[in-house]
Amino acid sequence: MKLRDYIDKIKPNFEEGGKFARFHSTFEAFETFLYTPNKVTTNGAHIRSHVDMKRSLIAVVFALIPCFLFGTWNIGYQHFLSLGQDVTFWQTVGYGLLKIIPLYLVSYIVGLVIEFTFAEIRHEEVNEGYFVTGFLIPLIMPVDVPLWMLAIAVAFAVIIGKEVFGGSGMNVVNPALLARAFLFFSYPSKMTGDSVWIAEKADAYSGATPLGTIFNGGTVNELPSLMDMFIGTIPGSVGETSKIAILIGGIFLIISGTASLRIIIATFAGAIAMSLMISDIPFYYHILMGGFMFGTIFMATDPVTAAQTNPGKWIYGFLIGAIAILIRVANPGYPEGMMLAILLMNVFAPLIDWCVVAVNVRKRKKRWAAAERSQK
Amino acid sequence: MDKIKIKKGLDIHIEGAPSKHLECFEPSFCAIKPSDFIGIVPKMHVDEGDEVKVGTVLFHDKNNENIVFTSPVSGKVKAIVRGDKRAILEVIVESDGKNDAIDFGVANPMNSSRNELIDKMLHCGIWPILRQRPFATIANPNDKPKHVFVSMFDTAPLAPDNDYIIENQLDAFNVGVKVLEKLTDGNVYLGVKHGSSTCKDAIHRVSFEGPHPAGNIGTQINAISPINKGEVVWYCYPQDVITIGKLFLTGKYDSTRIFAMTGSAAKDRHYYQTRIGADITPILNTEKNSRVISGNVLTGKNITGDNHLCFYDSQVTVIPEGNEYKLFGWLRPVFKRFTDTNTNGDTRPYIMTGQFEQVFPFDIYPMQLIKACLIKDLEQMEELGIYEVDAEDFALCEVIDPSKTPIQQIIREGLEFIRKETN
Repeated sequence: MKLRDYIDKIKPNFEEGGKFARFHSTFEAFETFLYTPNKVTTNGAHIRSHVDMKRSLIAVVFALIPCFLFGTWNIGYQHFLSLGQDVTFWQTVGYGLLKIIPLYLVSYIVGLVIEFTFAEIRHEEVNEGYFVTGFLIPLIMPVDVPLWMLAIAVAFAVIIGKEVFGGSGMNVVNPALLARAFLFFSYPSKMTGDSVWIAEKADAYSGATPLGTIFNGGTVNELPSLMDMFIGTIPGSVGETSKIAILIGGIFLIISGTASLRIIIATFAGAIAMSLMISDIPFYYHILMGGFMFGTIFMATDPVTAAQTNPGKWIYGFLIGAIAILIRVANPGYPEGMMLAILLMNVFAPLIDWCVVAVNVRKRKKRWAAAERSQK
Repeated sequence: MDKIKIKKGLDIHIEGAPSKHLECFEPSFCAIKPSDFIGIVPKMHVDEGDEVKVGTVLFHDKNNENIVFTSPVSGKVKAIVRGDKRAILEVIVESDGKNDAIDFGVANPMNSSRNELIDKMLHCGIWPILRQRPFATIANPNDKPKHVFVSMFDTAPLAPDNDYIIENQLDAFNVGVKVLEKLTDGNVYLGVKHGSSTCKDAIHRVSFEGPHPAGNIGTQINAISPINKGEVVWYCYPQDVITIGKLFLTGKYDSTRIFAMTGSAAKDRHYYQTRIGADITPILNTEKNSRVISGNVLTGKNITGDNHLCFYDSQVTVIPEGNEYKLFGWLRPVFKRFTDTNTNGDTRPYIMTGQFEQVFPFDIYPMQLIKACLIKDLEQMEELGIYEVDAEDFALCEVIDPSKTPIQQIIREGLEFIRKETN
């Protein structure tokens, strides 16, 4: 194990008193990326599960890969479709990669530099949380978002959304969604409308998303076929279009135990209930349109910002689904409601948990009182 | 007969179950370790070199002078091992092999008063086997417990089979139960494994079905009669009941203890009959680079090098140390879980939710209680149910915690905080 020997050789430089002690967290992050540490249990249980934070979070990245792959292809597909050009599969994918790789570079470089810097300042280990956030952010952006905007959004989301609260696990709202919301309200012209969803679109071609069409008074007949919306060959944010890819990721997340099935079911239930009540179009269009599915599987289930108690998860999910559809149908300002519904419920999640726990506490206090009475 | 089904939990299957074969091992040294008892401050009665008999007082608890700790064997006090600030770590007695025991007098528990029973148990030094919840401290003889609980089975990984351990000592066991019945105005609950025929005639026999921690005393107390604020219940292990029974049958303190040698790194895996606190070095045959644990892998104490059985334990587990680096260990598929002592990752803030709930069969929100303990918020801890739990009830949460936090320690410190604040 030459690599291990080399790491052991340079390690003292990064420890206290070493030449590069100030880069301790950075070194530690790379070392533990390469090798799981030789640490053994010192108190409490002598054995520990093989699941740690790296394993839990890498599961989310794995789950996002189908969306990433399809999204990459779809960038090229939509582009050439708008131009009316017939190209090969690899040309399509090549164009998509050309567009998406810069987004990823900006997302990870900006985000990780901030994360590592904060870790060094705090003398903490670097948290793995950003690997997921950084992978999510390009997938929820319009493909043509200018890179400088993306950089500002990432910096805003990581610093204001996460680090000021104390870093991973302490944040109130989902940082990836916050990045999107930041751009949505700061630069609305680049985040909404019919022109942003297809890379270098031909002007004559309509690039409206299904939600946009409905929003502008269109009917169901003007939408792409249900099958197209399910497979994902429609304009939209990079990762949100293919429901098949999202479902594959979702199944993986549920099996690996990373995402809460309660939240997913509740969100679907909330959306279906609300659209049956107030929407003119069938509920399954709402499920297939826009970012509903992507948000449900990958955003609403973020354990840090969701409700933490099991009953709370049902309430939290149901309200996300219901509010998302409510915004879509009733709000005159913008077509999509999923992002705002999740962000809103992120803020209310602690309150939901508080109420759920209060019920448990009340039950316990009643029991205490009953026991006291019976003693007298 | 009541039957209770425990739905949440996790059976951890690891290699190294003991075979059902009993070997006698008379130890040359026995040690009583004050650290086995929560919250006691030892005051020595003997010096190094003093002659002792079985039942001679070694030290008492400064907080309650009636609670004494006595020698499990006869012989000579070999060493009083001290640590930081001269705290007593171990009192080691060298056995002369005669097991000369002080006679405390035979008595029939049916004709004795509660106080007489308590006095006898206190005198001969077996009182510490009775513990109380909350706090898992030695029972306070001045309290009147709501109930007394004995869990007849153990669901921890590689746990010994208690039915096998007590099968030839049922007479003493039944006498012991009679004694316990006198100690409480409530009931003596025997928690048995579903389908087992142990203690068929016991009055308050409750059978439990389900995964670990179904056999934990905390789970059983919670399912039968949860502890309310201000209440105290007592509990002990099946072998302890036998020890109590023998005291009244023979008048002597019988420190016999059967334990199971388990774990993948132990070579002679079967049951041994020895003494409380025995130095098991002569029978310890282990692989290199392994850890010797008194107790099970979830709650036991690391006794590597010391090799003295802890006071309450009837199991020794030996597992490989996991002090190795693994290249991309966090990415590798895992086929065999729980093989060694590696932490499999570093400590992180709490990110995942809902996982503790799957292995925690209490009507308590575990994450919320852990956080209340971390911030030492007394009122919140009480409201969230701290009196109903002990650190060991959180062992499974600690094992599966992806954030690798010391949950048992957090709960223990929370309990100690409350115990000191409310005393």
